[in-house]
Amino acid sequence: MVEWTEQERNIITSIFSNLDYDDVGPKALCRCLIVYPWTQRYFASFGNLYNADAIKTNPNIQTHGTRVLHGLDRAVKNMDNIKGTYAELSVLHSEKLHVDPDNFKLLADCLTIVIAAKMGSGFTPEMQATFQKFLAVVVSALGRQYH
Amino acid sequence: MSLTDKDKAAVKALWTKISKGADAIGADALGRMLVVYPQTKTYFSHWPDMKAGSAPVMKHGKKIMAGVAQAVAKIDDLTSGLLDLSELHAFQLRVDPANFKILAHCLQVVIATMYPNEFTPEAHVALDKFLSNLALALSEKYR
Repeated sequence: MVEWTEQERNIITSIFSNLDYDDVGPKALCRCLIVYPWTQRYFASFGNLYNADAIKTNPNIQTHGTRVLHGLDRAVKNMDNIKGTYAELSVLHSEKLHVDPDNFKLLADCLTIVIAAKMGSGFTPEMQATFQKFLAVVVSALGRQYH
Repeated sequence: MSLTDKDKAAVKALWTKISKGADAIGADALGRMLVVYPQTKTYFSHWPDMKAGSAPVMKHGKKIMAGVAQAVAKIDDLTSGLLDLSELHAFQLRVDPANFKILAHCLQVVIATMYPNEFTPEAHVALDKFLSNLALALSEKYR
């Protein structure tokens, strides 16, 4: 089981309670689609993704980015059982969405970069370590039901 | 995923904006890496101090960024431009190449914290490609 110190729990709750979901979510998803263009394969029905500007102004991406980020809320509220919390979502990503689980890490890295840009020097090494640990647990849980 | 002319122009443009802060970027990224990825500390067991802001970390961060500057200058042929550094890493330092990716990520996080407006998604993709190619050139002589 994943162990969390008091400090780590506080860091995670603090980051998420100060988050502008409508800004950070879309920004992270856009960055992922631009920096790792092969991830666009999952969004063929979203319309125009031909270039960076199209991606940034695409309303479907905006909506979806916010949704994905809110998807992390349940992990924040259930840090002691992220694995169980995401069992269903893992099945969804595997059997319905057919997302290569390696891609979860790419989105996680983009989210880290967006948060870093927002927090500036406030994003200390300790905060980065905790945030990345949290995302690694989420990523692992999402990939668990693949077979 | 080789560098297009557009990538090279984007990297050089970003470098122009951030190069004055290169020493600080290098020191922060290295210090951060040692905290976020503790396994990387194994390469610095000979240092008296591995804390962020310590003398060895600042000095080494500066050295790393000098290497990045060299790579930017030789962006048209990274393999021959970084030959000396590749030999150093292959035969003396023998850093596992997986760690290049780790340091590249930390560099990008630091650049995001210090230059949030300049580190657009477009600049990010160019820099990510550049750092991947840099890592490839650095591991050229490994085997």
